[in-house]
Amino acid sequence: MYAFNYHVPDSLADVSSTLQQCDDAQVLAGGMTLLPTLKQRLAAPSDLVDLRNVQALQGIAKIDGGVRIGAMATHASVAGSALVQAQIPALAELAGGIGDAQVRHRGTLGGSIANNDPAADYPAALLALDAIIETDQREIPAGVFFTGMFETALAEHELIIAVRFADCATAAYAKFPNPASRYAMAGVFVARLAAGAVRVAVTGAAACVYRNEPLEQHLAQRFDAQSLSVVEIDTDGFNEDMHADAAYRGQLVRVMAQRAVDAARTRGIA
Amino acid sequence: MTTTITLTVNGTEHTAAVEPRMLLVDFLREHLQLTGTHVGCETSQCGACVVHLNGQSVKSCTLLAVQANGSAVTTIEGLANGDDLHPVQQMFREHHGLQCGFCTPGMIMSAVDLLQRHPDPSEQQIREWLDGNLCRCTGYQNIVKAIRAAADHGAANVRV
Repeated sequence: MYAFNYHVPDSLADVSSTLQQCDDAQVLAGGMTLLPTLKQRLAAPSDLVDLRNVQALQGIAKIDGGVRIGAMATHASVAGSALVQAQIPALAELAGGIGDAQVRHRGTLGGSIANNDPAADYPAALLALDAIIETDQREIPAGVFFTGMFETALAEHELIIAVRFADCATAAYAKFPNPASRYAMAGVFVARLAAGAVRVAVTGAAACVYRNEPLEQHLAQRFDAQSLSVVEIDTDGFNEDMHADAAYRGQLVRVMAQRAVDAARTRGIA
Repeated sequence: MTTTITLTVNGTEHTAAVEPRMLLVDFLREHLQLTGTHVGCETSQCGACVVHLNGQSVKSCTLLAVQANGSAVTTIEGLANGDDLHPVQQMFREHHGLQCGFCTPGMIMSAVDLLQRHPDPSEQQIREWLDGNLCRCTGYQNIVKAIRAAADHGAANVRV
């Protein structure tokens, strides 16, 4: 790891001013991606700004019609939150399946979505649930937040404060984890929104999380797993690696979508 | 440039000046000579470096020492009470939960955390919890057996 300066501010204003003053500062949330990247010398920020003492980024709260989760909420805290389990159980379940127990104790919601790993789990939930990302500058709908591989709509030094999720009728997430890394080779979050629309967000299969509209249209007609066997999965631009080619990932997307629909139906439609 | 940190490790307070880039595991092993915590993969996968930070199991190879400033850390050295092994340690011994022993400190610290959250875990819960701990000797069978036996011996009631 290259050397860097370390800061641990305790207010948003101090985070912001520290970021502005440093040459090439990077914020540190849970560090579950950043620290391995630094260890491999793939990044060399001049300064790390640790967010752990900023109260404004903490907490999980009930809001009108949904849940608001602070950017620094760990995966373990989301998975274990009685509120999230009651309001959006699919989200608690997703958080409880990220990485392993020790990673879930450190990794955060804000860190995960700011990084936008093509195989991360949270982006699928945000996209399918039409979540709103609150930053220190504005509010960004999830639909325009995830812009490409490891890229987001965040401007330089813009900081995620929290994410708002609206309650939905029913939802579920199914993923096929890589047996070694536990990252999704394909993960599908299916949500039936309160207004009745169906959302299907796919992670792990392409360069960036995306909505599969043919699956959505099909499920809007008939919310049934079996019927998805006839929908063609467009695999153009899908990831290909030693673990799976595009066609195999296409099949995984279909099967994960079917599993998610089954689980969402079992959970019941509110 | 160094930063001064104060940590309580196994009940004893330590203050030291460290470089911000120093990993917690290196601080424990090199600064405090607590070499029971192992460095395995160094990529957050194997779990040989698991310690408790404020009562939660974490991978100390993926944590800066400065991030632990002001926190309480428990390592494998902090589990036994004198010559009395912690029930999880005792059961690993009785059920042959280790062969080479390299993964054992992390495996035990992870298991202790599990039992504090779930005093009576199912075999499935134990196996899922061990996702982040790799063992290349045992095939896990006896590790799972040892953790289940530790639950039967009231491991959750032992304060660490």
